[in-house]
Amino acid sequence: MGTIAEEILAKKSGKKKVEPGEIVEAEVDYVMVNDITGLPAFKVFEKLNAEPIREKIVLIPDHYVPNKDIASAEQAKAMRMFARKYGIENYFEVGDNGICHQIMIEKGFVAPGRLIVGADSHTCTYGAFGAFATGIGSTEAAVVFALGKLWFKVPETMKIIVKGELKDYVMGKDIILHIIGDIGVEGALYKAMEFYGDTIEKLSLADRITIANMTVEAGAKAGIIPPDDKVFKYLENRVRGSYEPVYATEDAEYSDVLEYHADEIEPLVAKPYLPSNIAKAKELSDVEIDQAYLGSCTNGRIEDLRVAAKILKGRKVHKNVRLIVVPASKEVYMQALKEGLIEIFLEANAYVSGPTCGACLGGFMGVLASDEVCISSTNRNFIGRMGHKDSKVYLANPAVVAASAVTGRITDPRDLK
Amino acid sequence: MEEIIRGRVWKFGKNVDTDQIIPAEYLVTADEKELCKHAFEKVMPSFSKNVKKGDIIVAEENFGCGSSREHAVRALIGCGISCVIAKSFARIFFRNSINLGLPVIEADVEADTGDILEVNFKKGTIKNITKGKEFKFKPMPDFLMKLLSKGLIEYAKEKLKEKS
Repeated sequence: MGTIAEEILAKKSGKKKVEPGEIVEAEVDYVMVNDITGLPAFKVFEKLNAEPIREKIVLIPDHYVPNKDIASAEQAKAMRMFARKYGIENYFEVGDNGICHQIMIEKGFVAPGRLIVGADSHTCTYGAFGAFATGIGSTEAAVVFALGKLWFKVPETMKIIVKGELKDYVMGKDIILHIIGDIGVEGALYKAMEFYGDTIEKLSLADRITIANMTVEAGAKAGIIPPDDKVFKYLENRVRGSYEPVYATEDAEYSDVLEYHADEIEPLVAKPYLPSNIAKAKELSDVEIDQAYLGSCTNGRIEDLRVAAKILKGRKVHKNVRLIVVPASKEVYMQALKEGLIEIFLEANAYVSGPTCGACLGGFMGVLASDEVCISSTNRNFIGRMGHKDSKVYLANPAVVAASAVTGRITDPRDLK
Repeated sequence: MEEIIRGRVWKFGKNVDTDQIIPAEYLVTADEKELCKHAFEKVMPSFSKNVKKGDIIVAEENFGCGSSREHAVRALIGCGISCVIAKSFARIFFRNSINLGLPVIEADVEADTGDILEVNFKKGTIKNITKGKEFKFKPMPDFLMKLLSKGLIEYAKEKLKEKS
């Protein structure tokens, strides 16, 4: 009767079936805000004069923590105080946290069939686990704190099929960049993207998470992958409460069906100033870089660090480059320590920090000066995204970031000697 | 919400992202006036100095893409923007605008910076007074119109009353 997106929205709004374009009021499982989007939400919530639905609220400071200045310290304090005032248990303090989307996954909030909203555009990340998850604003987050429900326009669904074997050093990042390069940054506007095909089935969860994470860069409302055993296994001993996987029915209708072949996808780079501005990494070998950034909700997981460490082992970062490595969470950081990856990064002269979103959005911990160029495993390369309006960001997978850090120019890892 | 508004145009292109509307380094306040001071700072530094209450933004496709930061809508409200007209909007920006009471209209309008527009929400028309042209748009669904005129906060208060 419907796509995964439709089936979840129908279930959560108590209906048998919903149609694209219909506006429904649906029961939300969790609502998350970060330190930047939290502050306006807390102010709105106070105006509502309501009791919060505590168990649904998740508060994760990650953008400007550890506090970058006094103003951001006040903002982080507002979140801490809100959590204390209302007794919100799901507040994750600096030291026991990480980038909000990674924490939502690691701490078991994300599961198949759930409806999750977050005041952060990359909330769509959780679609990698078969959830319908989407970014919202701060005011509506405050309303969900009070009502536990929100209005949704049921999106049309695009079916994306990826088939075949991936080449060496081609990752989830390249798949999603390839698709965004094809359909454009508004190619999935207002729509849900659902991913199928043997390539997607074979991908690690980390690669699937990267794909779902960047569906918003095509304008999508959600990016969903049907959950399988890899998902169920990851969730064992991790997930909170029970969950029920939701799948598309056979008669589901899609607004578009797009098919891609994995063997046509190369290690890619999105040039400034849009994620759709795609080129092959090997075609950009004349672009010199000043900084290489490995981290973020897009590519800061242990699998990403392993790929980069394999390239960096026994090599040094180029003398004109700062390589900044930011594991996405404490859990990722500890695992990287255990596996000796952090030592490899430090030996290579990379700078390694604790988790934060900081540099990805030009906040702190790696802001770019005028005319500087950064190759980055993040998700956005807009004008001034990581700093000065005349700086440039090239988006790529962790292998391309690591290889480029070694040579000082954008490098396809297969060309590394 | 007023039925008819008249204002001066600021013209933008396609894919105007929320990092352009309000750069992330200023996301340490929710104050609308303060946010307005930095609106479009990296791409159109003259905007915040010269914007006047009642001005209208006209843009092409995918206005407000990128980050969910509601601060982008708050900055425009702080600048006194009365309406944003674009060929299409990124969905979170669209929702945020309606929730905070900033009218957003999906329409293909011929206008340049400095033109005077008159928007009639009831009739669904946009007149470019300067160019002597008229354009039509589809009125929003009733539910969104109700939200827009009331704002999400009032809507939620009513819902809370029903609940108790």
